[in-house]
Amino acid sequence: MQQYLLSIYQPDGPAPSADFLAPIMRDIEAVNTELREAGAWVFAGGLFPPSTATVLTAKDGEVLTTDGPFVEGKEHIGGFTVIRAADLDAALAWGRKLARATTLPIEVRPMEFGSCG
Amino acid sequence: MTSEPASAAEVERVFRAEYGRAVAVLVRRFGDIDVAEEAVQDAFATAAERWPATGIPPRPAGWIITTAGNRTVDRLRREASRADRHARAALLHTRGDPPEGGDPPEEGPVRDDRLRLIFTCCHPALAPASRVALTLRLLGGLSTAEIARAFLVPEATMAQRLVRAKGKIRDARIPYRVPEEADLPDRLRAVLAVVYLVFNEGYTASSGDRLVRDDLCAEAVRLGRLLAELMPDEPEVLGLLALMLLIEARRAARTTDGGGLVPLAEQDRRMWDRDRTAEGQDLVRRCLRRGRPGPYQIQAAINAVHSDAPTAAETDWSQILRLYDQLAAFTPTPVVALNRAVAVAEVEGAAAGLALVDGIDLGRHHLFHAVRADLLRRLGRNSEAAAAYDAAIARAGNEAERAFLERRRTTLGR
Repeated sequence: MQQYLLSIYQPDGPAPSADFLAPIMRDIEAVNTELREAGAWVFAGGLFPPSTATVLTAKDGEVLTTDGPFVEGKEHIGGFTVIRAADLDAALAWGRKLARATTLPIEVRPMEFGSCG
Repeated sequence: MTSEPASAAEVERVFRAEYGRAVAVLVRRFGDIDVAEEAVQDAFATAAERWPATGIPPRPAGWIITTAGNRTVDRLRREASRADRHARAALLHTRGDPPEGGDPPEEGPVRDDRLRLIFTCCHPALAPASRVALTLRLLGGLSTAEIARAFLVPEATMAQRLVRAKGKIRDARIPYRVPEEADLPDRLRAVLAVVYLVFNEGYTASSGDRLVRDDLCAEAVRLGRLLAELMPDEPEVLGLLALMLLIEARRAARTTDGGGLVPLAEQDRRMWDRDRTAEGQDLVRRCLRRGRPGPYQIQAAINAVHSDAPTAAETDWSQILRLYDQLAAFTPTPVVALNRAVAVAEVEGAAAGLALVDGIDLGRHHLFHAVRADLLRRLGRNSEAAAAYDAAIARAGNEAERAFLERRRTTLGR
């Protein structure tokens, strides 16, 4: 079945308080459980902030190492979920649940190859 | 082949009428829009060569679909032997295998393939401009060049837009099916919006080639008829068709020979197309009887009230005002508020209308200033009216509107 990458976009800046995050994390876990029970869950992960990122660029036989994320912006990918879905409508339905749970924008993108799980 | 030889115009008429149906059937069969389009275009090219001599077959759509299907199977077999990935995938679909994992079988009676195609073209995951372009291309059979001319973008840009949209449908797997009952109202709204957008683009003639624009209105009405045929139980579908017919009926009366704009109140009502008006009014009665009103039905009803009046002076403005009250409850937009204020001015006087207009936040729109100017003129506040006309003229979208507003401004008699 087709796999889709659901990327979670979150604003840069300090993480919200634990009190603020607790119900959100609970909602996200509920979506993940639902995904698993539906057999749609493939993989999910949350990331450390972009300040922890390192970029490697191959050029003229050398690989340049740069501190920081590849793209500096106001938002970054804070986490992602890979799901299995029959078509875009099914994938968007999961994406909607994730958007409600995270309260953040979700980008839904079909995977061309390299399926995992 | 017993038919009379066919003229090029007749072949063209069949093309316009049957292109969408043929593409829709072949998309389902081959699971690929490009393959379907190419096949149907090939089949029509053959028809254009043969039919002038042999006549149009009794079931032209059937002939086109069979010819296109057979050729595609032959072509895909050849290409499959050259290990073409897409061709193999498409052949897989022709054997009727469900895609891996399987879509659930469609509930209820088998729907027309064109309905599936419309919902795919108007999928909310596609940008509105892409929905319009795809619908005109795949269901209307308009060429990329025609669509580009109608929307005043370079042909290369329109081609790119279509390629990108079709690529997304394929790669992201936008499904080829009629949405389930729960999603239908939202999805149908998107479809109706595309058809009405095509109509308005043709109607308002904000710029561009006049002939192409008349074609857009005709195409929108044709799509509206198709939807009404495929979804006869959806009152908003009937409402949209009625709305377009009632507006389209006034086309001849709406412009002077020189292309000048004639407002509704000054139109020669004998020039209104009686058949379209009657059909529109009949549709309004039919859909309102269902008791499930919506924005298109109400707008159609407003236009039906205008059409009922033998002269502008006999217009039943209080009924129009009641309908605008209803419309404002459905779609509380500034434009609706502005139109409602016009009705208030007719029922309660220009001062009452102006008081409402001044509370509407629509200063960037030329219509706002034009309505204000007209009300100020009726109140004898000529210098303020002149300033409002100037503001309207500065914001008008096309030459005809600008010329109309300038004429109006000169009647202030300064």
